[in-house]
Amino acid sequence: MSHAPDSHSLTDTPEALLETPLAGLHRELGARMVPFAGYSMPVQYPKGILGEHLWTREKAGLFDVSHMGQAFLVGPDHATTAAALEALTPGDFRNLGLGRVRYTLLTTPQGGIIDDLMVTRSPEPAADGSLYVVVNAGRKAVDYAHLAASLPAGVELRPADDLALLALQGPLAASVMARHCPQAEGLGFMTATRAEFDGIECWISRSGYTGEDGYEISVKADKAEALARALLAEPYVAPIGLGARDSLRLEAGLCLYGHDIDEATSPAEADLGFAVPKRRRAEGGFPGADRILSEFAGGAARRRVGIRPEGRAPAREGTEIRSPSGGVIGIVTSGGFGPTVGAPIAMGYVAADYTAPGTAVTLFVRGKDLAASVVPMPFAPHRYFRKSAS
Amino acid sequence: MTTYFSKDHEWVRIDGDIATVGITDYAQSQLGDVVYVELPEIGKTLAKGDEAAVVESVKAASEVFAPVSGSVEAVNGSLVDEPAKINEAAETDGWFVKLRLSDAGELTELMNEAAYKAFVETL
Repeated sequence: MSHAPDSHSLTDTPEALLETPLAGLHRELGARMVPFAGYSMPVQYPKGILGEHLWTREKAGLFDVSHMGQAFLVGPDHATTAAALEALTPGDFRNLGLGRVRYTLLTTPQGGIIDDLMVTRSPEPAADGSLYVVVNAGRKAVDYAHLAASLPAGVELRPADDLALLALQGPLAASVMARHCPQAEGLGFMTATRAEFDGIECWISRSGYTGEDGYEISVKADKAEALARALLAEPYVAPIGLGARDSLRLEAGLCLYGHDIDEATSPAEADLGFAVPKRRRAEGGFPGADRILSEFAGGAARRRVGIRPEGRAPAREGTEIRSPSGGVIGIVTSGGFGPTVGAPIAMGYVAADYTAPGTAVTLFVRGKDLAASVVPMPFAPHRYFRKSAS
Repeated sequence: MTTYFSKDHEWVRIDGDIATVGITDYAQSQLGDVVYVELPEIGKTLAKGDEAAVVESVKAASEVFAPVSGSVEAVNGSLVDEPAKINEAAETDGWFVKLRLSDAGELTELMNEAAYKAFVETL
């Protein structure tokens, strides 16, 4: 038996892998550790990817995402820091409210995507002028160099390498958190606050990358294990590895950097219009605005879509997408089996003429054409906790 | 019946000139939850090392190579609807194919169970 190259790991050279503060705990829990973006990370625990995936959709899964880059952009006041970030992204940060979290993109002058990231404005007026960012592990070095070189005088990048990051995701995440962290319950989706978890000081946001309700918890590295153990002691919490993280985010229709988006894909092609709000479309003024705005106005030549193969065979990253008449019209960028869907699912880029839901396409897998169709995403409905507008 | 093992983590159980082929328990544990299996056509002639089947876990696709040469006599069609059988019973009900051996001499290149166990320990 031979394993095909693992299409979902940003595998680096095996030597000198970094570890997160929870590496010892992962091994104790029986994790299979793999190299990922320069870190030794748990790809799965004994429960297995399928079991971990379904557990997260039904209960609450605990993820170690401490390999991701946490940093602060620090300026004299919110307007200055927000303007500095707006010069590098198509997001609206000027109007980002206190304690609000936003997904955004660092773009290239050609309109490609350097990275996707989360940006949080502190809820505390005293901390204003500082924006907390979380970037992809594999892009940390690139992002930090780009930010350091591009930020104006007076706004500084401060990587926070002393912080760990955990995510608790799933329909029972809120009830679990409520027992340890009184501040958690009151948060709506994409909001953040300073909090205490069993007396441990941390920052929590109601956010995540699984499509489920849940939290991300930023905590000092030396307190991360105590916090993780307290959560794992809860009967409805299980540790979840990168394997299920990947199948969960794919079912949720969310992009994985380096696979579904990269410096050659634009936000319009990637169907990330929600990350380019009206004001920025009107005003421009971000890297690649000419291309990105003309693509949003006139339609990109290709676009990211969801794809459902008809049979049971998964179509993996790199699979050619063909039109029914046989011409190559695109490529799969993420593909596999969706445990909640119970069938193979994929996302990929297709030529503009083939993006309408219901369009028949074929996937070229191991020398054979598999019937498939373009479908709307997400594959599994999002279940974020949105507070009613008040 | 004698069972042989390959370094590619297949097992081969010999009954007369029929070889039943599957993947080992170690292989299924490394693979993780199997969600899809592609089996060869009955009658197909496989040389040792040819792709005999494809097995996909949630995460990745892998090939199962013929550990010996022969023609496909039977396939375990129940795996198509119940691929999890490979995880539950890799070395029994989770068999993939039965081959009619074309060169029994190839069996000498495989390991016995003790040698395979020792080999897995080194991994």
